[in-house]
Amino acid sequence: MSTATTLDSVVPPAAGPRAFIARLRHGDEVAHVLTLIFAALILLLTSALVFELWVNSQLSRTKFGWMFFWTKVWDPIFGNFGALPFIYGTLVTSVVSLVIAVPLGLAAAIFLAELAPRKLSDSIAFLIDLLAAVPSVIYGLLGIFVVVPIMRTTVGPFVKHTLGFLPIFQGPNYGVGFLTAGIVLAIMVVPFIISVSREVLLTVPREQREAALALGATRWESTWQVVVPWARTGIFGSIFLALARALGETMAVTMVIGNDPRISASLFAPGYTIAAVIANEFTEATGNLYLSALIELGLVLFLMTFILNGLARILIVATERGGGHP
Amino acid sequence: MNTFRLHWRKSLNLVMLTLTGVAAFAVVSVLFLILGYLIYNGGKSLNWDFFTKLPKPVGETGGGMANAIIGSLKLLLLAALMGLPVGLMAGVYLAEFGGKTFSFIVRYTTDLLNGVPSIVIGIFAYSLVVLPVKHFSTLAGGVALGMMVIPITVRSTEEFLRAIPGSMREAAMALGASKWRTIATVVLPAASGGILTGMLLSLARVAGETAPLLFTAFSNRYWSPGWEQPVASLPVMIYTYAIAPYDDWHRQAWAAGLILLGLVLVANLGCRLVLSRWGAARSA
Repeated sequence: MSTATTLDSVVPPAAGPRAFIARLRHGDEVAHVLTLIFAALILLLTSALVFELWVNSQLSRTKFGWMFFWTKVWDPIFGNFGALPFIYGTLVTSVVSLVIAVPLGLAAAIFLAELAPRKLSDSIAFLIDLLAAVPSVIYGLLGIFVVVPIMRTTVGPFVKHTLGFLPIFQGPNYGVGFLTAGIVLAIMVVPFIISVSREVLLTVPREQREAALALGATRWESTWQVVVPWARTGIFGSIFLALARALGETMAVTMVIGNDPRISASLFAPGYTIAAVIANEFTEATGNLYLSALIELGLVLFLMTFILNGLARILIVATERGGGHP
Repeated sequence: MNTFRLHWRKSLNLVMLTLTGVAAFAVVSVLFLILGYLIYNGGKSLNWDFFTKLPKPVGETGGGMANAIIGSLKLLLLAALMGLPVGLMAGVYLAEFGGKTFSFIVRYTTDLLNGVPSIVIGIFAYSLVVLPVKHFSTLAGGVALGMMVIPITVRSTEEFLRAIPGSMREAAMALGASKWRTIATVVLPAASGGILTGMLLSLARVAGETAPLLFTAFSNRYWSPGWEQPVASLPVMIYTYAIAPYDDWHRQAWAAGLILLGLVLVANLGCRLVLSRWGAARSA
């Protein structure tokens, strides 16, 4: 009696084991499709992002065409919009930040990957990851109240005194401007250069170092002439990644660049960047053309970072797979 | 000549290696400078009112940022509700189901989405949520932040699922469990610690975001009931107070900065310590 009930409950009456397995397979398929939908949602969101930027910048694109990139005027009252001062400001601040951050970051990465004992290297890398987590508005806050006064009273006059013969260091020094923005940006992107370059340098095979040392190279020569060239593709990747960050950085730059849409050769002069003008004027944009011009700037920024990030990923992946050496 | 050259090479070696060390410690010291400045300036101006009072009208001193603290929490809640499930499911797909080409495209797009400047995400949320209804809202801010949560969650979920040894999956399947049951009852629970920490990290990252909130959640000097009205948040308050010309507002910006940085760093510190422990236990 009791055995009969057990059998009944184990074997489903009408179906049999094959249908049971089929049902399970069915569950697998449901799970597969369900997760697939969410993965596809990411593609959909990204396409929607591009679509919205494209459609909402229509007005400005048709009115100004390619001249948008060559016009220096930004005049909301008469409805004339040109992106040149903002593109210029974005590029100049990013280049200044890289000029500072690349040597600093690469040197620190070399120290962490080649010289420091593993434990010290790991703890410093940990602290540098924390530095990367500091919100950008905090950098802006320190930028306004700490970096700008220092630039106005100490660093600016000193640079002017020593390098003032160069055209990029002439003109009045207000404390806010391209140079200040570049310095703040450099501090913000240097953690990315360090952590990616360190990872890449650590993947360089030991034999490469040992071979150079065995040939009589000093530690520095083996690092600079063998290890760094081996990892260079990945290091370039980290620089592209940092550049993409610097181009798109908004808050800290907005707070220290001076927000003045002018093109000046001097790094002391106040300027404006694409991200900063969007942050400042988006809520105040009166009229569809104004808003559309700002969204077109957003589209430009998006494309710039999109291309750079794409390149960076390819370079980093290529090196980590060991294809980075000549 | 030869000894001179050897000398030169040795000194160059010493100088350059020292410089690399100086560079590393210079960068790390920036973190402590930031912390020191905020603790000094923020600590001076932090008081109980900051947590309990609304902002005072322009020109009056005192008041606090209670509404911004609650506002930030509401925005984070929305971001978590919208972004985390998408990130989790997509991560499961990439680790457990994904084919080759489609997974590659999804992974690549996720990385690119992660690199999109936050201000551009703000424009997207604006045109998606604000434009149709013609007013700023908590919901729009949540959409912007939720979108930023997705990429980090996807990648960390995938990574932690992949770290689960194949033998565990095989054991479950050998006992007759279907693939879905294996994932839901064996793989996901085993990786849950890492996945949750990854999620917390992604929330910590968007907690400090300002740019995408400027024209989605906007700001508000009063309480913002419900989800349909503009809402204040800590990062936006720091920004508006820092660029305003009032000393008392600067004081409060430092206080808010200290709270924000403290929360973000503590979350990061905790998560990363848990992760490194977890990783060590797994590889041991």
